[in-house]
Amino acid sequence: MSETAPLLELRGINKSFGVVHVLHDVDLKIYAGQVTALVGDNGAGKSTLVKALAGIYPADSGEYIFDGKPVTVHGPKDASALGIEVVYQDLALCENLDIVENMFLGREKKNGVILDETTMESKAREALTSLSVRTVKSVRQSVASLSGGQRQTVAIAKSVLWNSRVVLLDEPTAALGVAQTRQVLDLVRRLADSGVGVLLISHNLTDVFEVADRITALYLGRVAADVATKDVTSRQVVELITTGHSSDLDGAQSPSTTA
Amino acid sequence: MTDTVNEREAEEAGFASDLTQSHTLGESIQAYVNRVRGGEMGALPSVLGLVVLFIVFGFANDRFLSNLNMANLLTQSGSIIILAMALVPVLLLGDIDLSAGVAGGVSACVMGVLLVDHGQEWYVSVAAALVTGAAIGLIIGALVAKLGIPSFVVTLAFFLGLQGVTLKLIGEGGSVRVNQEVISGIANSNMDVLWGWICAIAIIAAFAALKLLQHRRKVSLGLQHQPVAVVVAQIVVVAAVLIGVTYVLNQNRSVNPNFPIEGIPYVIPMVILLLIFWTFMLGRTTWGRHVYAVGGNSEAARRAGINVDRIRISVFIICSSMAALSGIVAASYGGKVSTSSGGGNVLLYAVGAAVIGGTSLFGGKGKASDAVIGGLVIATIANGLGLLAQASYINFLVTGGVLLLAASVDAISRRRRSATGLG
Repeated sequence: MSETAPLLELRGINKSFGVVHVLHDVDLKIYAGQVTALVGDNGAGKSTLVKALAGIYPADSGEYIFDGKPVTVHGPKDASALGIEVVYQDLALCENLDIVENMFLGREKKNGVILDETTMESKAREALTSLSVRTVKSVRQSVASLSGGQRQTVAIAKSVLWNSRVVLLDEPTAALGVAQTRQVLDLVRRLADSGVGVLLISHNLTDVFEVADRITALYLGRVAADVATKDVTSRQVVELITTGHSSDLDGAQSPSTTA
Repeated sequence: MTDTVNEREAEEAGFASDLTQSHTLGESIQAYVNRVRGGEMGALPSVLGLVVLFIVFGFANDRFLSNLNMANLLTQSGSIIILAMALVPVLLLGDIDLSAGVAGGVSACVMGVLLVDHGQEWYVSVAAALVTGAAIGLIIGALVAKLGIPSFVVTLAFFLGLQGVTLKLIGEGGSVRVNQEVISGIANSNMDVLWGWICAIAIIAAFAALKLLQHRRKVSLGLQHQPVAVVVAQIVVVAAVLIGVTYVLNQNRSVNPNFPIEGIPYVIPMVILLLIFWTFMLGRTTWGRHVYAVGGNSEAARRAGINVDRIRISVFIICSSMAALSGIVAASYGGKVSTSSGGGNVLLYAVGAAVIGGTSLFGGKGKASDAVIGGLVIATIANGLGLLAQASYINFLVTGGVLLLAASVDAISRRRRSATGLG
């Protein structure tokens, strides 16, 4: 259906926790330069799918295809080696460290055994500059002193810093006010426009319709639909989320056959 | 990249204040006052406490400020400071090691038994003591990190168990005399007066050069930096403290004019070396950064790809090994190892020292220098009360009270920090 091959594709992913079968044959495609929204009700398996992508819970079965090649992802390090960056809902920043230290956490630049603070500070500043971030006062500010929107910005800037190719954003606007949501959505759009494949997990359909190019809806661990945003209405997406199908949306029902 | 490019970029990015911030001394003093009010007190309470204690004890007893007593106080503080330094990385993770004191005791016993009963060389005995400490730390760390038992419980068990090991090693109520020249010399021999001055000047020069070079590099690269006045003030303070201490210790402090005692006790350069080493490890290496990260948010650290278990095990190994060193220094000072070595209030003194110095019991905040300042406070209380010949119950009450006070300051400043959103 689409002209270009997806940058990252999951095929037939299954995942169980004990007797609970959370993901059933899930297919997911993320395209470079596009925002793909992952929607679904609580318990639909969104978080589990993201964690499978990020390598935190490896899937029980299924294929993980990155850039046309099958890969195996056993842990967060494998995922970040591929250029997949996850921005978690709870942000996963260390409040006692400053912005630079957080952006380089786990991947510090070194001169021999000594931390190379000058390079890290310059690069962090460059990354924030490239996203036209205007709200952060200083890159040496501790994260504890930042607002929710600023923390989200730092977490997203981290993915720019690492030249990530795929960025997974888990509910980036859930805890934000109107103005901050605006800023973060703009940032998401700029990120995709720079060629990154963005997966946006969101409950907020207004946000989804504003920035997403494609929508993948999950219902009880199965993919209910994978459609282009322009082909659906908000009402149809709500139907997909709540009932798993939409009566007037038959054409896009089985996306896996077109892959 | 040139300064101007950076400045322009920063301005575009909207964090221009990055570069102009704290350019003047007045502004940085204002920023410091704001940080203190926001609960970011650092070493301020402990330094003030130390000054108050010196004034009080100085007035209460005229021998307190004598050269002899100052040297004695600094030597006494050595083992407390080293044990507190041992605890800092563990406290940074938000864990605790209640067994550190007795781990030091057992390690010192191993050294003593090897020295005296087996006639080993001092370096063999010291190495064996350090290995003993590291092994204890490895077991504790593995139990805490891999089995997930709270460190409080694991180390409480070790606190009891290791005292049993000490009893087994040297017998009920026994003690081992440690009079080997090198070991005994740590706390009882002094550096040559001239060498003392040379070392002090060398450290000051190195510190000043390092600070100034760092500052120049930051300025030339357009990175965030402190105003030059603050850097100079830091150098002046360090120089004044080192020169003051060296001057006092290089005076003849003997009461008997026929046997002059002068020079810096070897334990002091040892503490300074450890301070430099751990400040470097915690502040300038990946390991140190990861310790802070795990202490701040272990889940975030795990997601960033940090091996949290390995960090946790490493801090317990360091803690017990450093505790062994502290045990050796204590044995040197006391001239013996006994069944009570490292027991009693030793551990609480050290925890108190770290917390008084500004290390948080909640994890994520603390420095090696906290142990030095806090250790001096604790040693001053013990020394001052000892001179006043108070009953030992007073000593316990006062030290317990100070520990409680320090922990309250920690908890309150933490609340203020979260209220004002400061780290």
